[in-house]
Amino acid sequence: MIPAPAFLANPERFMAFSRWAAPMFAAIAIALALAGLWLGFTAPDDYQQGATVKIMFIHVPAAWMSMFVYVCMGVASFLALVFRHALADAAAQAAAPLGAAFTALALVTGSLWGRPMWGAWWVWDARLTSVLVLFLFYLAYMALRASLDDEAKAARAGAILALVGLVNLPVVHWSVTWWNTLHQGASVFRKGGSTLAPVFLTPLLLMGLAYMAGFGALWLVRIRGEVWRRRAEAAALRAARA
Amino acid sequence: MSPALELFAREVRLAWGRGGGPMVSVGFYAGVATLLPLATGPEPARLAAVAPGMAWIGLALAALLSLDRLFERDYEDGALDLITLSPMPLELTCAIKCLGQWIATGAPLALAAPIAAIALGAPLALAPLIFASALVGGLAFAFTGGIGAALSLGARRGGLLTAVIVLPLFVPPVIFGGGALDAFASGLPWRSGFTLLGAYAAAAVALGPVAMAAACRNALS
Repeated sequence: MIPAPAFLANPERFMAFSRWAAPMFAAIAIALALAGLWLGFTAPDDYQQGATVKIMFIHVPAAWMSMFVYVCMGVASFLALVFRHALADAAAQAAAPLGAAFTALALVTGSLWGRPMWGAWWVWDARLTSVLVLFLFYLAYMALRASLDDEAKAARAGAILALVGLVNLPVVHWSVTWWNTLHQGASVFRKGGSTLAPVFLTPLLLMGLAYMAGFGALWLVRIRGEVWRRRAEAAALRAARA
Repeated sequence: MSPALELFAREVRLAWGRGGGPMVSVGFYAGVATLLPLATGPEPARLAAVAPGMAWIGLALAALLSLDRLFERDYEDGALDLITLSPMPLELTCAIKCLGQWIATGAPLALAAPIAAIALGAPLALAPLIFASALVGGLAFAFTGGIGAALSLGARRGGLLTAVIVLPLFVPPVIFGGGALDAFASGLPWRSGFTLLGAYAAAAVALGPVAMAAACRNALS
């Protein structure tokens, strides 16, 4: 088994670890975000995009996180399904709304960026469409978990769906890319990456790390909340029986 | 007759005979095709442009509507429990159920699809490809849709939930099939899209039953 989950698989150890890790991640996230935003907003305007290039520092890390969170959810679901571990299931359940939020943020900021740059709020470009489908996967996962009353069944059904999605997402991504290259899109979403000037790249990477740390903090807090909720439910059951 | 054939015959008989059978799906399909000109306006040029796409939307929706018959009734009347008790692996059972569903509703829809598309103004030369891709796409719809149907067993508002789960899984076949038709209509190479559609259907047939069986065991546990 992978070492980090093995260490944290013990709920007591996890609660002790997350007790100080969550605030620590939050502090790191705030510090990095402040630095990234400061550098980002003092960065010069792009010669073509003007001031709207600053949307990138919010938008691109959110798009990264939308995929990263799904992978986290898929791994947690796999561990929950194979090892029947309650904590892994709590982790998968806690990650889904966060991933949906990151995906929604990426879609909304992308739309706000697209309006001044492309002259359209939305184009059916490959990347936009595949992110939208990713958002639908998150919604389906949450809808499935919400509509099954039996929690153990909801957990296993959700894990199966998350794994199906994990297999299917690359296919969706490729299919959408293939579809888009057949129909030449109105405009092509081009990502910077290493072609970016350092003055833009540094704040972007800082913001990426800040998002990552922020996700870590929120995830741990949500898992803790889920553990407490289950403990409270178990205590209520015990009290009812006594 | 072997148990697998017996089960297959039962599935086809039930899907064909129960609740109106394939006529309901075909009727629904005809209804969607009728609504399209009313919604977009009856100009032939505009209709012809969207006719192949409409064929795919209608197929996906009709496949979606027939999914609730796949596991839900057997689950409710206890037949699924009995089938699970048989020595046949549950994966094979699920595959046979989906195959029966495909024969009973996918194949009639594949016959209806070219007729609807041509009525909307698609060129006649497109008809064989529409039939073939609707047949292969129906296989992909049945096997990916079965995953959603099995997962939402025992859920509140199962039908709506199945749609929410399954529609993202329907994205690749719609893209591949619609792309192949579009390429054929504009004289471009269409084989790659059709081949990818076949590959997706094959992957769904291979992997879908595993997920379906896991979901059924979970629902029955």
